[in-house]
Amino acid sequence: MIEAKEIDFSLYERNPGELIPLLQLVQRESGFLSDESMKRIARFTGVPLSKVYGVATFYSQFRFKPKGEKHIMMCRGTACHVKGAPRIQQEIENHLGIKEGETSDDMKFSLENVACIGACSLAPVVMVNEDVEAKLSPERIKKLFGKSEKKK
Amino acid sequence: MAEERRITLINYGKIDPESISDYISAGGYKAAEKALSCKPFDIIEEMSKSSLRGRGGAGFSTGLKKKFTSEACTLCEQKYLVCNADEGEPGTFKDRIIMENDPHRLIEGMIIAAYAIGASKAYIYIRGEYYKSIKRLGKAIHDARQEGFLGSNIFGSSFSTDIEIRLGAGSYLCGEELTMLESLEGKRGYPRIKPPFPAGKGLHGFPTLINNVETLATVPVVIEKGADWYTGMGTEDSPGTKIFTISGDIKKPGFYELELGLTLRELIYDFAGGMKEGVDLKAVLIGGAAGTFVDETVLDTPMGFDTLKEKGAVLGSGAVMVLGHNKSIPGMTQSILEFFEHESCGKCVPCRVGMTQLVRLISSVNENGTGHKNILDEMLTEAEFMAKTSLCPLGQSPVLPLKSLKRYFAGHF
Repeated sequence: MIEAKEIDFSLYERNPGELIPLLQLVQRESGFLSDESMKRIARFTGVPLSKVYGVATFYSQFRFKPKGEKHIMMCRGTACHVKGAPRIQQEIENHLGIKEGETSDDMKFSLENVACIGACSLAPVVMVNEDVEAKLSPERIKKLFGKSEKKK
Repeated sequence: MAEERRITLINYGKIDPESISDYISAGGYKAAEKALSCKPFDIIEEMSKSSLRGRGGAGFSTGLKKKFTSEACTLCEQKYLVCNADEGEPGTFKDRIIMENDPHRLIEGMIIAAYAIGASKAYIYIRGEYYKSIKRLGKAIHDARQEGFLGSNIFGSSFSTDIEIRLGAGSYLCGEELTMLESLEGKRGYPRIKPPFPAGKGLHGFPTLINNVETLATVPVVIEKGADWYTGMGTEDSPGTKIFTISGDIKKPGFYELELGLTLRELIYDFAGGMKEGVDLKAVLIGGAAGTFVDETVLDTPMGFDTLKEKGAVLGSGAVMVLGHNKSIPGMTQSILEFFEHESCGKCVPCRVGMTQLVRLISSVNENGTGHKNILDEMLTEAEFMAKTSLCPLGQSPVLPLKSLKRYFAGHF
């Protein structure tokens, strides 16, 4: 993770159409969007800060708080629903002691619901960082996220 | 028994997706070279003759779309091609299969399409969560540039174009073409009023052709083998093949590329291995959340855009979700409606308020085990009102599953 102010914008041309790619760049490099980083993007692109904030809050991908070491994306698509996603989510929330949208206090885990991620033949699935974990059962959740990680 | 017919997925599992020389040895980029030696008009003619219908869900004629964009203006300074890779319809993963396993096919299709309409710049707008597809496409574009298939004077012609990847930011609605343009311009994903259509006034106000991944990845083979060959497959109204993605209570979930016109029964029992042990078929959801529920009476209907319409169903993106007898129809309906409620952008009041109302109504059914007698009618009235008064396909979608529920599963509410 690097500080938002140190991220290199030199490949960008300062046009408003680059707003979303820039927000994505900052989030990818520093994990989340801080107030400072959005101000920097506003100055760089010439897009008013209110609009930068408006765009960032519209899209569900953007986060304004740091995420955990393991960022869990729970697929809530229809196929995963059919295969028991609500129960899996319950199990994850109980096991890690965090709810959807939260990060655990030790910064190890964060949980986010996402729309169908197109792994329907492997349902139910979560993505942990960039990896898909397939055909989940409540038992596998414990194996996947360790036994004694429950902290709040 | 019918067999799988891999046209768009012809290279699946046969080549290394990260190797451009593998793709070239398999005959790759021949179609683009052939296309660039023809007149753009001839390409559009060939595409029109092939009657290829858009594979994103709406089924609009690909040739006509190209024609409109091409004819929008002859002297305008810029035209764009946008590849819609924001695959988000629940149950659909055909585009991911193409991009992960044969990224160069998509790029080749895009070169041909860009040449046909005269676009000097192309975008691929892809789901941000599709990490593997993004990585593979990125490498493929880089390699294609190195080989001179992208950039200036492609194949020694006067035509130049390049492709840029843009990542979606987690909005289902941005898969809708006009909303996608807003997002590409750096704005919130709110739908635009149409007309004007993107063919006339699209990205940054310039003529823009927007095609789905599967559509573009099918273009090279149509150019290579010709429209007559292509229309020899499938049915009269829906020629060619389609990638179906099947999930739910069946033995072999996955993707199958099949000639259109096959029946749901063949897809479920011949290809997907039939129902899971001890589970009987109750319902099939075709086309994803913005799709339709059908029961076993539709199993023998040939699948095509128009034949399914007669049965009150849609082919949509080719997603097929099979539900066993132990699944609750109102429960499924709630999952779909909650999805729409979450993804409604809030611009049109009828959609914003209507979705909340629909979720409230369906929750009352699920909480009480059963609803009052007219609950489905009440939901339909609401959804029809939304369909008439919302700007974009999201507000117009809930009426599709609800209508099909009324036709096939009214007794479950």
